[in-house]
Amino acid sequence: MIAARGSLAAATGNDHRMLTVGLFLGFVAITLGITIWASRHNRTANDFYAGGREFSAAQNGLAISGDYMSAASFLGIAGLISLVGYDGFLYSIGFLVAWLVVLMLVAELVRNCGRYTMADVLAFRMSQRPVRTAAGASTIVVSIFYLLAQMVGAGSLVALLLGDGNGSAQTLTIIVVGMLMIVYVTFGGMKGTTWIQIVKAALLMAGAVLLTVLVLVRFHGNVNEILRSAAATSGKGDAFLQPGLQYGSSLTSRIDFISLALALVLGTAGLPHILVRFYTVPTARAARRSVMWAIGLIGSFYLMTIVLGFGAAAVLGSDRIRASNKAGNTALPLLAEEVGGGGDSIGGVVLLAVIAAVAFATILAVVAGLTLASSASAAHDLYAAVIHKGRASEKEELAAARLSAIVIGAVAIALSLTAQKLNVAFLVALAFAVAASANLPTILFTLFWRRFNTRGTMWAINGGLVSSVLLVVFSPVVSGGPNPLITAVDFHWFPLANPGIVSIPIGFLSGWIGTLRSKEDVDDSKFAEMEVRSLTGAGAY
Amino acid sequence: MTTSSYREREYGRAPVDRGPVPVARSGRHARPEDPRGDVYLQVQASPEFQEIRRRYRDFAFPMSALFLAWYLAYVLASTMARDLMARRIVGEFNVALAFGLAQFASTFVFTWLYARHAVRKRDRAALDLRWVTQERFR
Repeated sequence: MIAARGSLAAATGNDHRMLTVGLFLGFVAITLGITIWASRHNRTANDFYAGGREFSAAQNGLAISGDYMSAASFLGIAGLISLVGYDGFLYSIGFLVAWLVVLMLVAELVRNCGRYTMADVLAFRMSQRPVRTAAGASTIVVSIFYLLAQMVGAGSLVALLLGDGNGSAQTLTIIVVGMLMIVYVTFGGMKGTTWIQIVKAALLMAGAVLLTVLVLVRFHGNVNEILRSAAATSGKGDAFLQPGLQYGSSLTSRIDFISLALALVLGTAGLPHILVRFYTVPTARAARRSVMWAIGLIGSFYLMTIVLGFGAAAVLGSDRIRASNKAGNTALPLLAEEVGGGGDSIGGVVLLAVIAAVAFATILAVVAGLTLASSASAAHDLYAAVIHKGRASEKEELAAARLSAIVIGAVAIALSLTAQKLNVAFLVALAFAVAASANLPTILFTLFWRRFNTRGTMWAINGGLVSSVLLVVFSPVVSGGPNPLITAVDFHWFPLANPGIVSIPIGFLSGWIGTLRSKEDVDDSKFAEMEVRSLTGAGAY
Repeated sequence: MTTSSYREREYGRAPVDRGPVPVARSGRHARPEDPRGDVYLQVQASPEFQEIRRRYRDFAFPMSALFLAWYLAYVLASTMARDLMARRIVGEFNVALAFGLAQFASTFVFTWLYARHAVRKRDRAALDLRWVTQERFR
């Protein structure tokens, strides 16, 4: 019986596949409708980049959650818990605690200092062209890494959900997802993208609540029973409920996890596609309240993930989950099918299709946010400020932003198609590491340290960016590890898969040393403007 | 301004859009032509602003150090103190699960504390200073 369930489709046949595709198309229709509506209200740069700055805190909080919770969170973390138990839960906590950094140190101040991009804040009181070039490059690198992981993941996920083994569904999904995100961003801009993220976040929360309730009902609300039977069916016993199954075999792997945890907790506040979300609300107070909404939503989502992950282990057993997908990515769809009444029942088929569609919606919303943030930076920072030295007209800048979205989308499709057979899951962790090592030190220094100057900014961005990327290139994830990117040769010398524990201090240190090594005068009136604006909003956009 | 937007009704007049961000040179008096720079310098030096800044920093910095240390303690315990984490409390519920759930609880509590502090100690004064400062730009 267990062996027969090689893929989801083997168990459920065409009914669910038709229904899933139908729901996918339904979601695509809704998002295209939103995009058409938004394109009519999308004339100025303020509309395109910042959605007119008229979203409410609750709307933006939902959109932030929609932007942040990727399919990797929805299917990945629950799947991880279902296979390795406690360590999956441990992993999820970094993603939540990170929001306290955003709340207390970043959101309000960035909202008031910046205008359209992360580089607006970093270049605020510095020499414009070098800083915007570096910050724009960092924005695009982080976003492309994240985007690639999402698109390749989307391809394999949809192929898995539709039960297609030969890879054509994967290729098709990457192309369709890429084209859709280009359409969303070029026509809908920030307004359209935000509404797509709001709809997605609502669907995701509804899907998670529904599934959590069904799991709890099945166990008569007895969480202890879920844990007990998860530990029993996992074959790991008590170890399943304790840390160590995933990140614990050696000292290196423990340090590796600490390194990952640092990047997660500090990286979120440096993710460009998250930072630009604060420009969509009218005040710093609204930015703060949108983070509070996001913390509430993301926190409750991860709490439900615990029930879902352990529930999947208890209901399905690790063997069945692993037989469907080694990484556990199909644990939730399988669980949905089971608690809906099984593969032969209408309930099971419908619930499976719904969860698959939620995962698809999740992917589309996340890639749209990433494409928007990176094309905004390409147009506003690189094209308008660096190439045209700030003399490009708004119309030219907007045309450049739309063109950038098309180019970045096309590049992302091409790279994803090239990489679709490779293991690129590490790119999400790398995006967080770059954000934590290059972007966060620069943001904190520029907001809080008067002496910080252009050279310090350049050193911090470049030091953090280059060190985190290089350490990963020479790490076991690229060569020499258990499932490396390149199998033919082994040139790794850095023992950890996650560079954060080294690259984050390098980012902070190089910003500090660079500042001290420069004789450049600090522009006191610009620093005064930054401080007053950041804390009061006087003169903010 | 012919129509007033939601933003203006709620939060006052939007700043005048000065077009694409100008390219500033660095240096102490890089933009002497901008009279707003002097206003910002004066406001920055005012006791009202210094008080807002002090209240923000005195709360946000220690709290950030606290929650980062608390999170790091959890990560270190999970990776290095396995025996402690494996200890059972009640039923299947062990120290590791309790510590993890405590991270959720503390995140919600820290969020609430920060928001309460901002509303009580900062928002009113910051908004007042914003009006005063923007008045002086006219």
